[in-house]
Amino acid sequence: MATQHSRSAARLMMTPAVVLLLGWMLVPLILTLYFSFKKYLPLRGDSLERGLDWVGFENYVRFISSSSFWPSVQTTLIIVGGVLLITVVLGIFLALLLDQPFWGQGVVRILVIAPFFVMPTVSALVWKNMFMDPINGILAHLWRFFGAEPISWLSDASLQSLILIVSWQWLPFATLILLTAVQSLDSEQLEAAEMDGASPVARFGFIVLPHLSRAITIVILIQTIFLLSIFAEIFVTTGGAFGTRTLTYLIFQRVIDSQNIGLGSAGGVYAIILANIVAIFLMRIVGKNLDR
Amino acid sequence: MSLKNALRAVTALTLITATTGAFAETITIATVNNGDMIRMQGYTDDFTAKTGHEVEWVTLEENVLRQRVTTDITTKGGQFDIMTIGMYETPIWGANGWLVPLNDLSEEYDVNDILPAMRGGLSHDGTLFAAPFYGESSMVMYRTDLMEKAGLEMPEAPTWQFIREAAAAMDDPENDINGICLRGKPGWGEGGAFITVTGNSFGARWFDEDWNAQFDQPEWKEALEFYVSLMNDYGPEGYATNGFNENLSLFQQGKCGMWIDATVAASFVTNPDDSTVADSVGFALAPNNEGVDKRSNWLWAWALAIPAGTQKEEAAKAFIEWATSKEYIELVAAKEGWANVPPGARTSLYENPEYQKVPFAKMTLDSINAADPTDPTVKPVPYVGIQFVAIPEFAGIATEVSQEFSAVYAGQQSIDEALEKAQALTNDAMEAAGYR
Amino acid sequence: MARATTTRRKIITTVAAWSIGLLIFFPILWTILTSFKTEAQAINDPPLFFFFDWTLENYAVVQERSDYMRFLWNSVILAGGSTLLGILVAIPAAWSMAFVPSKRTKDILLWMLSTKMLPAVGVLYPISLLFVQFNLLDTHIGLIVVLMLINLPIIVWMLYTYFKEIPGEILEAARMDGATLKEEILYILTPMAIPGIASTVLLNFILAWNEAFWTLNLTAAKAAPLTAFIASYSSPEGLFFAKLSAASTMAIAPILILGWFSQKQLVRGLTFGAVK
Repeated sequence: MATQHSRSAARLMMTPAVVLLLGWMLVPLILTLYFSFKKYLPLRGDSLERGLDWVGFENYVRFISSSSFWPSVQTTLIIVGGVLLITVVLGIFLALLLDQPFWGQGVVRILVIAPFFVMPTVSALVWKNMFMDPINGILAHLWRFFGAEPISWLSDASLQSLILIVSWQWLPFATLILLTAVQSLDSEQLEAAEMDGASPVARFGFIVLPHLSRAITIVILIQTIFLLSIFAEIFVTTGGAFGTRTLTYLIFQRVIDSQNIGLGSAGGVYAIILANIVAIFLMRIVGKNLDR
Repeated sequence: MSLKNALRAVTALTLITATTGAFAETITIATVNNGDMIRMQGYTDDFTAKTGHEVEWVTLEENVLRQRVTTDITTKGGQFDIMTIGMYETPIWGANGWLVPLNDLSEEYDVNDILPAMRGGLSHDGTLFAAPFYGESSMVMYRTDLMEKAGLEMPEAPTWQFIREAAAAMDDPENDINGICLRGKPGWGEGGAFITVTGNSFGARWFDEDWNAQFDQPEWKEALEFYVSLMNDYGPEGYATNGFNENLSLFQQGKCGMWIDATVAASFVTNPDDSTVADSVGFALAPNNEGVDKRSNWLWAWALAIPAGTQKEEAAKAFIEWATSKEYIELVAAKEGWANVPPGARTSLYENPEYQKVPFAKMTLDSINAADPTDPTVKPVPYVGIQFVAIPEFAGIATEVSQEFSAVYAGQQSIDEALEKAQALTNDAMEAAGYR
Repeated sequence: MARATTTRRKIITTVAAWSIGLLIFFPILWTILTSFKTEAQAINDPPLFFFFDWTLENYAVVQERSDYMRFLWNSVILAGGSTLLGILVAIPAAWSMAFVPSKRTKDILLWMLSTKMLPAVGVLYPISLLFVQFNLLDTHIGLIVVLMLINLPIIVWMLYTYFKEIPGEILEAARMDGATLKEEILYILTPMAIPGIASTVLLNFILAWNEAFWTLNLTAAKAAPLTAFIASYSSPEGLFFAKLSAASTMAIAPILILGWFSQKQLVRGLTFGAVK
């Protein structure tokens, strides 16, 4: 029973959030767009006070024609896709497992969600040094124990290592959301299916998975938002080398290492476009799934 | 009315304390988390006792530090009163007028005592913009016991060919000993610096006189081929991710026969508290390729500079005079021994008979003196700098180039592929910057 | 079903769940253990588990180098402040979206989420310049606002999904009884929404606590939180695993403990509407 009065009240209540976010989006966006059409090399003495030269689309052309551009887009998609795949699949498995009765449920759940509380910098440092170090890392010890040659994780298997680290951080999140969904599953329905002789695979495929679809969508949506802009993990572990340069990282190199603000801003605009393509794609699925 | 008077008196008192208090300030210093700087933090109380100024430390890892201070200086953030920067940044920032000139340091400070090589590298147009906290070149550090076992003797000025021979003789995988440990980590100041000086000693250069990239020249290929085969044969596992700290730790654990790196490392590898091989380390000049008249030693200083626009210039200058003074060196020497003082900054240190007893003192000075930033390689170059090119674009370019090279070390691409990419991206960036 | 099979099944599940749980937790456990070793023990091969000389020296070294309490305090202020501010802005917005939905509600919600996709590095320069302009660098208030803004979409979304589960009939009944909007929110909605708000607060606090890009780039000393504290330990000279572990443990311990204590709260609300 939404009256005219409550409608305008509602609008009023939404205003602060909308205005703030609009400002947070527009102000940097406009500045980024502005810079992207300018030659802005602060180390060469360019500054806002002195005025910046207009260079048209030169930054855009240069950014996209650089040999690093497409590989970086590819790397971004591989990392996002890889982490999503691992966290969703393992998340479903873990959620189903944790839903079973066993001793010490509370403690195990605490153990499983713990990585979510670890700040990305710390997790990257710990993995890089204490686990993946080819000489003193614990994985190297393990490999040597089994008589194998230790792997230089961050150079020889850099992308996989990075996906592993990031997945470790996000698996708890996926598991938690999926677990809540599993717990809301109607157990009578499952038992009935079992009585009718449906195999575990069939039960999973026809009852559990459809029930989880909404939760999976949420996991994918939220994680994608965070994963598209992962930065600390790459900065700490590989510094963008060995094929781990994502679009975000490429922009970082243009802005910070090269101090070419115009070029970096053009890259930022591309990143926004990419994010929006992914977003539209996601929203299609999410929108459909959320309406149900 | 006594209450009012009392209030007045209180106000006046507060004002007085406030004004006298203004002389004692709190300065914010951004610095790198290297051993000597960490030690300096420990002595902050001495500075406060002498001047009354307090210090807030912002200690960051090298890469993070660069990112932070560069953003701060270009956006005129003014968050720091002193920044720790290097020989690469100082002349560029000084030329832009972003640093306070250090041309009015006190008499006692004795600015002429600073090693000429360091002063030159930290000046622009003859004006000093940063005071060296410590300076370094690079040299060979080797295990005397392993060398003896191998039946070889390290010459004072070895060639790359000898280094390879010695690495082969000392390499002992059974006992976890690598013949040689060298930097391969991506980043212009890490593996990038090392391969650049190696290139110098093979006669390679970054640019010709017209700022054309030179990675298509045979010298670069030769240098890379030598480095890669040396490291693949006798280097540690995963050397493509090893930088200064990784190698230092390997050497201290006795896992390297030789290590060619910064001269400051000498005090860490000979310190029995941290190093298992402290009493069997020898030193030699950085190598050159046979027949090339340039050695692969670099020149670097970590220095303290004051960003222009700080409100606390006086206090900041007082700190710089304290931290880079002869007295500071004596203070550290008295507390922790001469081997642990910040090296490579002052002439007087090397004239000190106490310091001359330190085993690496002479080799450090010789290495520093052998480095000439204005003439880094065989052929003429349009730039200043040995392991870097002192232009603003270099950090960005060299980071990417060194990433291409590190991908070679990790076996992800061939030397030819890497050189081709390096050539293209360097020329592209130079074009963007308007050099070509 | 025989009792034996269920017991056996329970045993198998227990073993499997514990193994996986410990495996996932292992990196954290290892970090905590290593922080009590000496540097030499930290790299010992074979790795040492519990039988080593436990020492607190690393913590002393770390504390001597950087004043932990100050970083901790800044983390608390930044995470707490941004959460509080975010909740204040988000509750009315989420309320109106949930109870007075319009055709555009979902679009607005998704648009809000899409603002989170702006790559932070791309706007580092504009934001830095704005911070310089308004003298916000290294201040609590500047960072609180930024952290609030980057997490606001998540807060609104979470609250929205939570509010939507509250039956609208109750509100209508209250309105019939003549409750004003204020009373409606204060006395009916809020008590029902407390669990959802609590878990939103927790999640946001964690996200803000762990944010490592803006907190590092926009602070120097006065407002620097634990993310800056850890940034000075990424590569000290020589052996450093034990010191790194001690610093890491100090950086994550508060939030880990908070997370564990409030685990139930967090889990209950962390559904983002995944369950209908």
